[in-house]
Amino acid sequence: MLDDFLVRAALAGLGVAVAAGPLGCFVVWRRMAYFGEATSHAAILGVALALAFSTSIFVGTLAVALVMAMVVSALAGRGLTMDTALGVLAHAALAVGLIAVSFLQGVRVDVTAYLFGDILAVSRADLGFIWGGAAVVLILLASRWSALLTSTLNDELAHASGIDTGRERLVLTVALALVVAVAIKVVGALLIVAMLIIPAAAARGQSRTPEGMAILAVIIGALSALGGLGASLRFDTPAGPSIVALAALFFAVMFALPKRA
Amino acid sequence: MSLISASKMSVCFGGVTVLRDVDFTIEPGEIVTVVGPNGSGKSTLLRALLGVTRPVSGKVTQQPGLVIGYMPQRLTLDGRMPMTVRRFLSLPTRHSDAEVTKILAKVGVPGIERQQMDTLSGGQFQRVLLARALLVKPQILIMDEPTQGLDQPGTAAFYKLIEEVRQDTGCAILMVSHDLHVVMSASDRVICLNGHVCCQGTPTVVSNAPEYRALFGHGTGGALALYQHEHDHEHDQCDHDHDHAEHAHAG
Repeated sequence: MLDDFLVRAALAGLGVAVAAGPLGCFVVWRRMAYFGEATSHAAILGVALALAFSTSIFVGTLAVALVMAMVVSALAGRGLTMDTALGVLAHAALAVGLIAVSFLQGVRVDVTAYLFGDILAVSRADLGFIWGGAAVVLILLASRWSALLTSTLNDELAHASGIDTGRERLVLTVALALVVAVAIKVVGALLIVAMLIIPAAAARGQSRTPEGMAILAVIIGALSALGGLGASLRFDTPAGPSIVALAALFFAVMFALPKRA
Repeated sequence: MSLISASKMSVCFGGVTVLRDVDFTIEPGEIVTVVGPNGSGKSTLLRALLGVTRPVSGKVTQQPGLVIGYMPQRLTLDGRMPMTVRRFLSLPTRHSDAEVTKILAKVGVPGIERQQMDTLSGGQFQRVLLARALLVKPQILIMDEPTQGLDQPGTAAFYKLIEEVRQDTGCAILMVSHDLHVVMSASDRVICLNGHVCCQGTPTVVSNAPEYRALFGHGTGGALALYQHEHDHEHDQCDHDHDHAEHAHAG
C-alpha cells in the first residue's frame, strides 16, 4: 500500500497536521509566529549543509532549526524587543541558506522543492522520519501539557506551582525545530508557519478549552492536508500551497461562524 | 521558622538596580501588605521571593516544601486561548468537581464553572484567581495588586474575604498594593517600598468618625485602614505625597 505515492503523500500530510495542530496552538497563544518564521527559514540553510555533507535532509534541517530556535529562545529570555530582531534573523537565514545552496557544486538542487514542499515525492524513509518526529512532538507536548499551559498563562503563577518556565520554553523550542524538520518536505520552508498558525487560529472560535482547540486544530489541519492534496491532483495545482490555501478557507469559514460561548 | 525570608537582597533588572539591601521576612499566619509608588520594585520583590528572578546579592530562603498560592495581576489570555473557569482551576494540578464547586461558593462566585475566563467581570476574575490559589491549600497566599480595577466597596469586600480565609485556614498573606495610604485593616504589618524599605509599621484602624466614612464611602465595614508613613528621608523623584487631605479629594 505504501508503494502508492498518493498514499504516502496523504500519510505525510496527516503526520504534519497531527504535530502542527497542538504546537500551533502554543505558537498562537504565546505569539511565536516570528519565532516559527526564523526557525523554518533557517531550515533552508540546513538543506544546503545536508547536501554539502551528504547527510540526510531531515538531520540537516533539524540541526540548523534547533540551533536557530535556541538562539532565538535565548534572545527572548533576555527580554529583548523581539519583532524586529526576529524579522532580521528569519530573512537573513533564508537569504544565507539560498546562497549556500547556490554554492553547491555538481549537485542539481531544486530549491523550490524545499521552499514550497514536494509532498508527492515523499519516500518510505521520509514517511518514517515524519511520523517518528510527529510522535516525539506529541509525546513531548502531552507529557508536559499542564505545565506548558500554566507557564503560558503567567510566569510567576507557574513558578509558584514549582514549574520551571525556562524548561517549558525549551520543550516548545525543541518541538518547533522537530516540526520544521518534519514539515519541510510536505509544505516547504516558506509555508510551515502557515500550517502551525492557520489551523489553530481557525479552531479558536469553536473551542471552549485549550485541549479542545488543539484537537480541532489537528482535525482542520488533517482535512486541509487531504483536501489540498485532492485539489492539487484534480486541478493540477502545487500541493503545498493548495493545502495552505484550503486551511485558509477553513479559517475564513470558521471565523464567520458565531463564536461558541 | 519564617515561611520566606530575604536578607540584604539586591535585584537588578536590565542593568538597573531595582531593589537594594532589602531585608524581608514573613511568619506563618501573618498578613503583610507591601505598598510603594509605581516602579518602586514591588513586583520585582514578589518575583524574587517566588524565585523567578535571582538576586544579584544577598539571599532568599523559602521554607522547604513551602506550598504557595499565587494570585497574579493578570493572565495572558486576551481571547487567544479558550479557557473555562473549570479548566483554569485545574491548572496545573487537577481538582475534583466537588472541590471546585465548594471553593467557588466560598469565594462568592458559585456556579460559574462553565463560563469563559475572558467573559468574567473584574471582580469575578479576581475571585476565580483567588479560588485557584486556595485550591492548593497554601501555607502562604501571595497576591500582586489583587484589588486593582475594583472600586472601594469591591476592595473592602475582597479584603473581608481574605480576612476570612486567614481565619479559616491560618495561611499567611503577602499582598502588594498600589494604594499607598488605604490598606487592608487586618494587615499585621505594612512595608513601604521604594527601591529599599522606606518604613514599616501597623495600619491605623479606621474609626467610625464621619470624616473617615466620607473618605471610604459606605459599606466598606472597617475592612480598610490608613497607613501613616514615617519616612526619615526623601526621594528625589518621589511621586507620592503623604498628605491625606489630598488623597481624600482623589478618592
